[in-house]
Amino acid sequence: MSEQNLNPDNSERRAFLKAGAVVTGAAVAPGVLLFGVAQARAPEEPASDKIRWGMLIDTTKCASGCDDCVRACNTENGLSGATGPQDSQWIRKLNIRHLKSGVETSLPMLCQHCEHPPCVDVCPTGASMKRADGIVLVDRHICIGCRYCMMACPYKARSFVHEPLTDQNPEVPRGKGCVESCTFCVQKVDRGENTTACVEACNAAGHKAMLFGDLNDPQSEIAQAMKTYATTEVRADLRLNTGVRYRGI
Amino acid sequence: MAKVLDNLRAWGLLALFSALFIGPLTVMAGVNKPVLERGKGERCVEDTEFMRRNHMALLKHHRDETMRRGIRTTKHSLKGCVDCHASSKTGSVASTKEDFCMACHVYTGVKLDCWDCHATKPMKLYRPAATPGVAPQRVQQ
Repeated sequence: MSEQNLNPDNSERRAFLKAGAVVTGAAVAPGVLLFGVAQARAPEEPASDKIRWGMLIDTTKCASGCDDCVRACNTENGLSGATGPQDSQWIRKLNIRHLKSGVETSLPMLCQHCEHPPCVDVCPTGASMKRADGIVLVDRHICIGCRYCMMACPYKARSFVHEPLTDQNPEVPRGKGCVESCTFCVQKVDRGENTTACVEACNAAGHKAMLFGDLNDPQSEIAQAMKTYATTEVRADLRLNTGVRYRGI
Repeated sequence: MAKVLDNLRAWGLLALFSALFIGPLTVMAGVNKPVLERGKGERCVEDTEFMRRNHMALLKHHRDETMRRGIRTTKHSLKGCVDCHASSKTGSVASTKEDFCMACHVYTGVKLDCWDCHATKPMKLYRPAATPGVAPQRVQQ
């Protein structure tokens, strides 16, 4: 027996709640500035679990020949851009085709920043970790390079550094013998820029196929978009609750 | 006469050997203490005596705070060290044996692997390998 039958006034109650929500929303709206201040946290303030960073990729806007996001990532993080079997790729473009309908889709694939990351589950040293704000990272100080996480990741999002590196970006330390993957440009996020190099490049190219933001904040652009249209997790059957969502696949 | 010549030759050889082998030994007995270039600014973030003994503990603590919790204060950060102590000649803290970190670490024989991953030069000297918007060239191996 449903709750509605027990409470004949339920519809009225719901209407009241809805009205309340609208009023609260209006009251919160002028507080946008307040929210902005809260997001750009002070350097001494740790990452908060009130925020969950996520990304929404609209494959209907993603151009098949375009790799601006990939190049922007390489530049920001000091990757070589080479695509051999042993080269690091933090984000890569995939072209997929539906076997029956023949629909072709182009999309960027990167670390999905899962809520329940398999890489963290299998890591024998605790180097694979999820930060409070949902960003999945590798602590290279304790990574022993065993590559279990690379095998556990359903998205093939991780790379291993095989050769010694020089002239790294001071903000993105990387080196031989460690596994690495997309960091959601954590150096930018911690500066309060609250965006990533790939998203900036996609916007600059005018495609606007990528959105980065706080999934926990109902007012954020990404949360609003996810409320507006249906979005998909890749391999949702694994129930990892990914931070990266796709539209149109 | 031949005997005198032999003697002279023997003494000569002895002198040559001493010059070759004993000379360097005397130099090695007195290795110079490391000479450090003065960092930028008035003073270090902590007393010099304290930093000499404890810089590694501060760095290790700070690395975990930054890596695990996202705390990005600059006082005890490795980037902060590099910004002040990069050599005026090489622009780096560890590219030659005279640079700030290496001077002591070579002297004490303590290997450090911070610089396998971290940049030894300050941010202002960083040149990205790839230019924004231009695909980097594939490196042939």
